[in-house]
Amino acid sequence: MTKFFKKFIYNQKVAPYIFIFPFVLIFCIFFIYPMIYTVVMSFQKILPGENEFIGFSNYSKLFRDSVFFKAVANSFVYMVLTLVLLIPFPMLFACMINSRTMAAKEFFKSVFFLPALTSVVVAGTIFRLAFSESDSSLMNQFIQMLGFTPIKWLKMRETGFAVLLLLACWRWTGVNMLYFLSGLKNIPEELYESADIDGANSWAKFTKITVPMLKPTIIYVMTISVYAGLAMFTESYMLWGGNNSPQNIGITIVGYLYRQGIEKNNMGYASAVGIVLLVLAMVLNLTQLKINGLFKKED
Amino acid sequence: MPKENIKSGRKPNMVLRIIMVAFFSLIGVILVLPFICNFVSTFKPGNELIRHGLNLTISSENFTLANWKYLFGGTTSYFTWFSNSMLLTVLQVVFTLGVSAFVGYGFAMYDFKGKNAIFICVLLIMMVPFEILMLPMYMQIINMKLVNSFAGIILPFVANASSIFFFRQYLLGIPKSIIDAGRVDGASEYGIFSKLIFPVMKPSFAAMGILNTMGAWNNFLWPMLVLRDESKFTLPIGLNTLLTPYGNNYDLLIVGSFFSILPIFILFLFFQRYFIEGMTAGAVKG
Repeated sequence: MTKFFKKFIYNQKVAPYIFIFPFVLIFCIFFIYPMIYTVVMSFQKILPGENEFIGFSNYSKLFRDSVFFKAVANSFVYMVLTLVLLIPFPMLFACMINSRTMAAKEFFKSVFFLPALTSVVVAGTIFRLAFSESDSSLMNQFIQMLGFTPIKWLKMRETGFAVLLLLACWRWTGVNMLYFLSGLKNIPEELYESADIDGANSWAKFTKITVPMLKPTIIYVMTISVYAGLAMFTESYMLWGGNNSPQNIGITIVGYLYRQGIEKNNMGYASAVGIVLLVLAMVLNLTQLKINGLFKKED
Repeated sequence: MPKENIKSGRKPNMVLRIIMVAFFSLIGVILVLPFICNFVSTFKPGNELIRHGLNLTISSENFTLANWKYLFGGTTSYFTWFSNSMLLTVLQVVFTLGVSAFVGYGFAMYDFKGKNAIFICVLLIMMVPFEILMLPMYMQIINMKLVNSFAGIILPFVANASSIFFFRQYLLGIPKSIIDAGRVDGASEYGIFSKLIFPVMKPSFAAMGILNTMGAWNNFLWPMLVLRDESKFTLPIGLNTLLTPYGNNYDLLIVGSFFSILPIFILFLFFQRYFIEGMTAGAVKG
């Protein structure tokens, strides 16, 4: 029996399946099963010991839940603003670092990458205290130097969001810049040379060669930014010390899922939140990929 | 004269260079500022921080080494969390790399029925944010009696999709003739992987190892769900528990936060190239 088994797994036809088996196993236990489970739970009221099927009640309740809409709006605005800030600027920085004029390139690459090394916990703690409402916190000192009065940064929606975005820009500008730098490496030098011969100026070269050639990188950064933006939670959790910002100014979709599922033990309702997030993320990214023509050509 | 300048027919513009370097220096300073703030504040009493927040000023009268002494004084749980983080990071990286390389090899080197469908599953995992599934995954961990264990943290992510993707990509560049040569010599499929291919994969292990180390060291949300006992907490979770508005926890919080960044900083100092390689691996091919 063991001999047969040994022969079986050493078979050249069987071996590939053995190699990918760990993935399939983990995929079933920790992806497929939770996925199905969460869909099922979203139609249930989860009570200790018994689950009651309640149809679409969780969903209909969700669409009348003003906090949920606040969370969706927050996540959405955050996602859009990170796209606006974390694609053009890192791209521009990458082009500047890549240009012949720039000096100390490797040094600046490293410095820009440093913030990405920190955990959100540490970064969030630092930002929370640097933006504290005290007159003598770093940011309040700074704006007083410019002649403004101190601000209670994390107590208001606009300024609270500004801090969230600054945190995101601080951590990700360098990383996205590296993505664009590796994209720039793939652009053949000849394109620029022939543009030089045609007498193109720098701006024309940037818009006619660099940006179109960077399209795959832009699509990649956009895709991960849409997911990361919509699924943002820890940043808000750290800035507001737990999941409780004043009047929910910092609540996100995942924050609401966490509140319902973990803090209120309302798994069915939390699952419905998760499904809505999944649909939202999928629809957004598939639309984005379609607009960018990723499905058109496979050559 | 450097060759590239002959090509483009002009020297780099020195004025422009100075402006650009100045511009990048300014942004660089802004980016480093939070670290400096953090470092300066490790020498200030915790209650000062609660009242005044973080800033760059420090006066001789409130300068103190008490926080650093407290950190190394052995009266806190800090170094329990620190060694937990170390252990968890090492275990997670070793298992993740081992399993992911094994799976990546299967995808790269063989043609078999259902390969494409299963590979799409790898991509699917990368496309669904983990946060959506964290609740049912957490319940699954409870069912499997893995709550409050490192296994519960590691197991769900041991066949890491982006690592599999990276290893597959890397292995596709290795000539299949190595495998055929191995077969001729009578090696088994697994022998070929462990004796012939594994050694060739070193550079890819460096890149993925660094990336996974960074991820494991900084991981917060999932370990926070899985772990229960304070004695098992990792650094991010432990530090987070200090963030209460009461007590004098800030003495430890600020110095502890600063100290927790150092291991990754030191790694970065020595292995910069691999950080960047691992980070950008996914973007190149899309």
